[in-house]
Amino acid sequence: MRPIIYVLGFLVLIGLGSWAYRENYATQNALRQVSDLQNEIALLRESLAVQRAEWAYLNRPDRLRELVTLNFDRLGLFPMEPTQFGAASDIAYPAPDALLGPPDTSLEQGLSAPAQPAADAPEGQP
Amino acid sequence: MTRIPLRPLARILQARASGANPDRIEQENLALRHQSMREAQRNQSQMRIFLLAAAFFSAYALIALQMGKLAASEPAEPRLAQIGPSINASRADIVDRNGNVLATNLSTHALYVQTRDLVDPPNVASKLAALFPELDEAALLRRMTDGRSFLWVRRTLSPEQMQLVHEIGDPGLLFGAREMRLYPNGQLAAHVLGGAGFGQEGVDSAEVIGVAGVEKAMDGRLRDPASAGKPLVLSLDLTVQTTVEEVLQTGISMLSAKGGAAILMEVQTGEIVALAAGPTFDPNDRPANPTSGNPDDSPLFNRAVQGVYELGSIFKIFAAAQAMDLGLLNPGSMVDANAPMIWGKHKIEEFEGKNYGPLLSVSDVIAKSSNVGSAHIGLMIGAERQQAFLKALGLFDPSPVELIEAPSARPLRPDRWTELVTITASYGHGISGSPMNIAAAYATLANGGRLVKPTILHRDSPYNGPQVLSEAAADESMTMLRRVVTEGTASFGEVAGYEVGGKTGTADKVKKGGGYYEDKVINTFAAVFPISDPKYVLIVTLDEPVETSGATVKRTAGWTAVPVAAEIIRRTAPLLGLRPLVEPAAKNAILPVSN
Repeated sequence: MRPIIYVLGFLVLIGLGSWAYRENYATQNALRQVSDLQNEIALLRESLAVQRAEWAYLNRPDRLRELVTLNFDRLGLFPMEPTQFGAASDIAYPAPDALLGPPDTSLEQGLSAPAQPAADAPEGQP
Repeated sequence: MTRIPLRPLARILQARASGANPDRIEQENLALRHQSMREAQRNQSQMRIFLLAAAFFSAYALIALQMGKLAASEPAEPRLAQIGPSINASRADIVDRNGNVLATNLSTHALYVQTRDLVDPPNVASKLAALFPELDEAALLRRMTDGRSFLWVRRTLSPEQMQLVHEIGDPGLLFGAREMRLYPNGQLAAHVLGGAGFGQEGVDSAEVIGVAGVEKAMDGRLRDPASAGKPLVLSLDLTVQTTVEEVLQTGISMLSAKGGAAILMEVQTGEIVALAAGPTFDPNDRPANPTSGNPDDSPLFNRAVQGVYELGSIFKIFAAAQAMDLGLLNPGSMVDANAPMIWGKHKIEEFEGKNYGPLLSVSDVIAKSSNVGSAHIGLMIGAERQQAFLKALGLFDPSPVELIEAPSARPLRPDRWTELVTITASYGHGISGSPMNIAAAYATLANGGRLVKPTILHRDSPYNGPQVLSEAAADESMTMLRRVVTEGTASFGEVAGYEVGGKTGTADKVKKGGGYYEDKVINTFAAVFPISDPKYVLIVTLDEPVETSGATVKRTAGWTAVPVAAEIIRRTAPLLGLRPLVEPAAKNAILPVSN
């Protein structure tokens, strides 16, 4: 009986030893990976900051104004003026399309609808 | 230890002689011997138990100590902790209210030389001088060879420049990591941002510190490592700021002015949406502080905050508003406006010797900008109450705005507040303030009389200031300001749909030795719009403008500052999301006609 226990004990010891060995190296690997990732994050953050600065530099108002002036014939952009404010009712409905048929006017009917039931209601009552 | 014999011969013989049993002596000695053996054994056991207990105690104490150490220390791996600080940029960004970047950091490198590692100093010096035109080859070579072991060459390098320096290939040329402050919009909002420079410098890093403007005023917040990731949000609006700067700059050059300033402020919060001053500079390449001449000749001078001038007639509305608040007058009350007014040996005249008198309503005093009328209103109020009111409006103290230049720009006022000072102060002479002071005071009037504290930082909630004057008086003064534009001195200030109201101010510049210049003026227009529900206050100040388009040269604010302000309002109001109050007529409207 006793030798069997000894043999089993040794086997367990060997097993635990190799497990501990593997875990040790796995931990070291994981730590190395984390440190690599941290470095990568630091680099990415730095390049993100550079990109953000670059974006802000490319979008600086001076440059945008120059671009708008250069491309005036294509874009036709003017500075914003008080006369450019309009009412929603000023916007025209799209013209009827040959393929799609007349535009959907249900929204327009919906807007003018509430007046009708109120006018009809007294007639419906006996 | 001496061993006692069990049967000592002397006692045995003695016992035998007296007829006692000698065996008893042996038993007695045996008992004694056993007792001493037991005692020795017990001592030994006690010692063992004590040692064992001590061993266990120290083992557990060690474990407890280790546990305590683990619990108390930061749960971080030492190798990861090293990388941490380099991830976050050390100085927080500055953004406008919409999150557009106004100032950010860029990592760059500084170039330095370890002279003992230099292989070929003359070659290095000539190549560096060719790369960087500002370096002097001879001086560089002398510094490299005069025995010092270390010298800085440049504080910042672009990646391209760094590559070119690498290509020189000398082992003595070394790079140190640096963070550099970058203002991507160039000159935009230069006077607000100020600029940044290097503080303590080491080989591997250098601290970036603010040198002016909000960079210096908020230096602590910007450098705080706890909030390094959170940008500082200013109240400026990039688009509006651009437009204001553009219009102001055009105005300054068209009117041949020496300089100018414009402040656009939200009435309810006191937030400054745009702050422009000209001439301006590039904070990326901040010029050196001037060492001679007038401070306001330098582009670094922030006229909006540092320019403490006598601003003239724009003060008249304060006198009128206070008189109405005290119940002395109402807008229709007639006051004496018979010019010229003689006070002691002083003569108070109107512009160009006019006479608006003999009587003028308070509303007309403001609309026509009558000095004499204001002087009489000032006298009705009296020196004490006038001083208290102007102080309550913040016109006696430096502006609390978060710019480092603000606290040093203390408004000037006479030490003794005589009746003559009361008269001149009622039309804005004899006391001076910065445009920022005026902006806050006008915002207070526009805010229904509740004090407005100007700020350059974005606030989420309105600022609840104390009530400085009654809401009724504040509303009445707004109506008066509107009349200045519709019928008075600021007729060029009308912008269709935005109900501009305001007050012009034309003040002769003060000579250094005393007295006033004849042909040098400060023109100011303080505008509020829209008058029916005041949202914004705009102050435009021009330094020595001249309007030369007509037959006569004009220097009044109505011809200079007012058109500039009107153009600013026309351009910025739509950007601020203000709809014109009267709908403009459609361009190609079909009108019903009958024949």
